[in-house]
Amino acid sequence: MSSFPALDVRNLTKTYANGVNALKGVSLCVEPGDFFALLGPNGAGKSTLIGILSSLVNASGGEADVFGRSIHADRGGAMQLIGLVPQEINFNQFETPFDICVNQAGFYGIPRRIACERAEKYLNQLSLWEKKGVASRTLSGGMKRRLMIARAMMNEPRLLILDEPTAGVDIEIRRSMWKFVSEINRAGTTVILTTHYLEEAEQLCRNIAIIDKGSIIENTSMKRLLAKLDVETFVLDVVAVPEALPTVDGVRLTPVDAHTLEAEMSRTHDLNSLFAALSANGIVVTSMRNKANRLEELFVRLVENNQGKAA
Amino acid sequence: MQTQANFVALGTIVRREIARILRIWGQTLLPPAITMTLYFFIFGNMIGARIGEMQPGISYIDFIVPGLIMMSVIQNAYGNISSSFFGSKFGRYVEEMLVSPMPSWVILSGYVLGAVVRGLLVGAIVLGVAMFFTHIRLHHVFVTLTTFLLTAVVFALAGFVNAVYAKKFDDIAIVPTFILTPLTYLGGVFYPLASLGEPWHTISLANPIVYMVNAFRYGLLGVSDVNLVAAYAVMLAAAAILAVFGLYLLKRGVGMRA
Repeated sequence: MSSFPALDVRNLTKTYANGVNALKGVSLCVEPGDFFALLGPNGAGKSTLIGILSSLVNASGGEADVFGRSIHADRGGAMQLIGLVPQEINFNQFETPFDICVNQAGFYGIPRRIACERAEKYLNQLSLWEKKGVASRTLSGGMKRRLMIARAMMNEPRLLILDEPTAGVDIEIRRSMWKFVSEINRAGTTVILTTHYLEEAEQLCRNIAIIDKGSIIENTSMKRLLAKLDVETFVLDVVAVPEALPTVDGVRLTPVDAHTLEAEMSRTHDLNSLFAALSANGIVVTSMRNKANRLEELFVRLVENNQGKAA
Repeated sequence: MQTQANFVALGTIVRREIARILRIWGQTLLPPAITMTLYFFIFGNMIGARIGEMQPGISYIDFIVPGLIMMSVIQNAYGNISSSFFGSKFGRYVEEMLVSPMPSWVILSGYVLGAVVRGLLVGAIVLGVAMFFTHIRLHHVFVTLTTFLLTAVVFALAGFVNAVYAKKFDDIAIVPTFILTPLTYLGGVFYPLASLGEPWHTISLANPIVYMVNAFRYGLLGVSDVNLVAAYAVMLAAAAILAVFGLYLLKRGVGMRA
């Protein structure tokens, strides 16, 4: 096993020609074998960071190593270890999925015989083998996304970067994609994921960094981050919402409509007192659920705090 | 090991370029065959018969064959790389290469070789068409082949530079229409330089296509309006300057990397 981190980013900066400071000294470390979430609102700098790591964007300053290989001093060596699934479709839509995969392997210097074997393997694993010979423009949106994953696997990278790979993909295909990515992560490939579906990140990733306005505002393990969430909001479906709501210590009850209540309370607060108060006031609860995914709540709070600081 | 990987990558780009040329043969190989047949028929056969011999033993149709082949090679080498590389930028699949460990020289060489192959195919087609109208024999094989290769390389590199700077499809049509075509027509394809008076004769010597057409004409017919050494110097210098510039653009990622 390598003693180097999978990714070591040190004080990376990027200022675009129009003067926008997309990255303001980002530092980050991803351990080998990790499943790492990189989250941030639109325009936070995620894609710029990924662009620099995959050599699609020139950095203004700073350094980054992939398994100990500098993306600047040893670009070829570093790129050999990375697989990229970009946010937008970026293959030749007139080529077939098979050719796209085999050509990608060729760009990495992989001999054609091995490239053909790998193309068959990954197109099969991503349920695209039957479409291997059709023009890729005829594939559905989900198939195109899976093709980009197959293409990124052609050099069997040690670090796979997925930039919003499930955007606009239906739930069934999303699940099959995550199953595939989880399997390759278990097999030892380090995965960095950016996504707007935060439940995905919460479910899949062990460590997380949140980037906003070009700076890392949180970088910790998923468990530690979720432990920071001190308030939870529940949505209660009730038979009827009374005109006057009961007062419950430590709980803020808000009516949403004639049959729905929201209850915001500390994570340590017991639910029994809430239900006792509701029962005592004749409010019958028929079902209950979390208002938002836990990570989503934290994410919104962190970004709002950061924006408050910036203001 | 790295050298072997680079050659695999180079072969991949060339293979992809050839597949593209053959996939859209109706746009890449057929038009020059039709255009050149018309040139040979109208200029060579019908008008040329009235013009007579350009030099002792060389009919007008024989005289224009080398220039017409060079014209096809220039247009097709340039057009192949400018449309293919710009297409890869436009469709963003240039990123497939940029994220790979391939060095810049492999990307540039791959595209240039693809363009040279198209130039070779089109040149062979035009030569085949020419054989229906005339009976040319190679006068000097080395000069013919090297001039052909250098010309294809020079204009492939020029097409690459055009594609790098192009932001829309119109931008890759401007240079062929407003620069390449006039320079080719004024490059001694249809007439000998000696027939021009001053200052046009001297001005023509600043046109690099004059050297390419005449060196190729020397290779096929054994006659030339320019010194062969000067022709090679112009072609080699142009190729070297454009290659260095193309590599610089790729390394900096001009028009490709943010």
